[in-house]
Amino acid sequence: MPPVKELEKKAKRIRRLIIKMLEKAGSGHPGGSLSSTDILTCLYFAVMRHKPENPRWPQRDRFQMSKGHCCPLGYAVLTEAGYFPEKELWTLRNLGSILQGHPDWRTPGVDVASGSLGQGLSVAIGMVLAGRLDKLPYRVYCLLGDGEIQEGQIWEAAMAAAHYRCDNLCAVLDYNGYQIDGRVKDIMNVEPLTDKWRSFGWHTINIDGHNIAQILAAFDEARTVKDKPTIIIAKTIKGKGVSFMENVVDFHGRAPTQEEAKKALEELK
Amino acid sequence: MTQMLYARDAYGQALIELGGKNKEIVALDADLAGSTRTAGFGKKFPRRFFDFGVAEQNMMGVAGGLASCGKIPFVSTFAIFGSGRAWDQVRNTICYNKFNVKIVVTHAGITVGPDGSSHQAIGDIALMRAIANMTIIVPCDAPETKEAILACAEYQGPVYVRLGRPKVSTLAKKDKFKIGRARILREGKDISIIACGIMVKQALDAAEALEKEGLSARVVNMHTIRPLDKKAILECARLTKRIVTCEEHLLSGGLGSAVASVLAENIPTPMAMIGIRDRFGQSGSPEDLIKEYHLSTDDILRACRRLF
Repeated sequence: MPPVKELEKKAKRIRRLIIKMLEKAGSGHPGGSLSSTDILTCLYFAVMRHKPENPRWPQRDRFQMSKGHCCPLGYAVLTEAGYFPEKELWTLRNLGSILQGHPDWRTPGVDVASGSLGQGLSVAIGMVLAGRLDKLPYRVYCLLGDGEIQEGQIWEAAMAAAHYRCDNLCAVLDYNGYQIDGRVKDIMNVEPLTDKWRSFGWHTINIDGHNIAQILAAFDEARTVKDKPTIIIAKTIKGKGVSFMENVVDFHGRAPTQEEAKKALEELK
Repeated sequence: MTQMLYARDAYGQALIELGGKNKEIVALDADLAGSTRTAGFGKKFPRRFFDFGVAEQNMMGVAGGLASCGKIPFVSTFAIFGSGRAWDQVRNTICYNKFNVKIVVTHAGITVGPDGSSHQAIGDIALMRAIANMTIIVPCDAPETKEAILACAEYQGPVYVRLGRPKVSTLAKKDKFKIGRARILREGKDISIIACGIMVKQALDAAEALEKEGLSARVVNMHTIRPLDKKAILECARLTKRIVTCEEHLLSGGLGSAVASVLAENIPTPMAMIGIRDRFGQSGSPEDLIKEYHLSTDDILRACRRLF
């Protein structure tokens, strides 16, 4: 496993790619991409078993980005892992690009499209059940947003994952506290979160979503849980890593200008 | 006397047959396994059957996940829920990914009867036609249902199969079922009646009555709404110069509007459409509702006569 320092460096590089990509595209979602960066960096570079040269390897661990608007992060991670050349990043959101505004089948390494919120956890359950039938020991990871879990389907899926004892399913909640219209607790409060997931039959782990050691330890713990799914509730900072983006709701869905990008990249050196 | 059978029984049997042949086939239901007839599959292949309770949106999403791993999910519920309740999931998780998911719904149309409007799917064909990649099949009877189910298991991609609740008459057919190829059930030269689902029987009855009036009607069983058999429609236009469509569905976005588009763009042809006109359903016996919503053989006859 790469040491924590290596992963921190990797995460910084990925944040830089996100900023550059979004600035070039002129639209997209930096806030949630930056808040989930440390989590995804750990997943792709220390936790998941996958083969960038063979994206459809049947034994691979699955990852479903349910909060699809954070695909700039997904694309940066996939290119860093070697799924496709970095130059593709500069075509984000352009006509004909393999990198759509929300993830889809055009991108090597993306199994199932997302973007309409609330659907990824159900997809992840399907992957778990298929693996069970095929007796493949892969694990399934799913990234959820805190605004996203206001969707009713999430709770249908939460019930089903516990009912079907999906212990190889590990969801991660990027709990950055903001959604497009403002603070989650003001728009539609989702608390008490830990109690909610526990009462739905899930094993819960609460961590600081920017602490690499805690993230890695949480994924290790999830692997040992039997008979129930796990959710890692990761407290994060929206726009993490760029001072003027942190906890600024405007950057949920606005790309940085050229000047802002320059400033952001200075900070991410 | 024709044989009266449940199309959904034929579905249940076909599903078991498929399950025995192909271990990738799985069945999903949302607390209606007894009614949709997936329960038989569940009994025979319990490991490959999943009930998700009253949660159709999650069920469609899970079907997508299963399909992403090579499984062939047959997903069943009532038409009203499979098409409307989970429309966004069907669109974004299943059809957009072109996943090999077969959505086989039952209790479609007005003939659900006494349960009333909340359970009468009369806009589901329109909803499914609004999603690219979706194949739409409306079988006319039980044997055709079995043929359709076996055919859609062979086809790679999403399919919506629309079945009703009541027993339906078995109709005589000569050719083999093929997705996207209409079946000509009766030849005629004066007018064509293009119908799907339970309306095919009514169309045949109407054709028989027309014969007594000296008019020869061609009856086309348009079991596949997408891909639509344009060739068969244009052949009708050329041969009979008059066309009546019949469906147990709203006129907005159903078979009639699909046929009308083909004709308008190619051979504009005098047409009449039998279907539900901008109304909700209501409780009643299927027979009474067929009359109330102008879907009866008499209604078809009147529509045909109007074109002469």
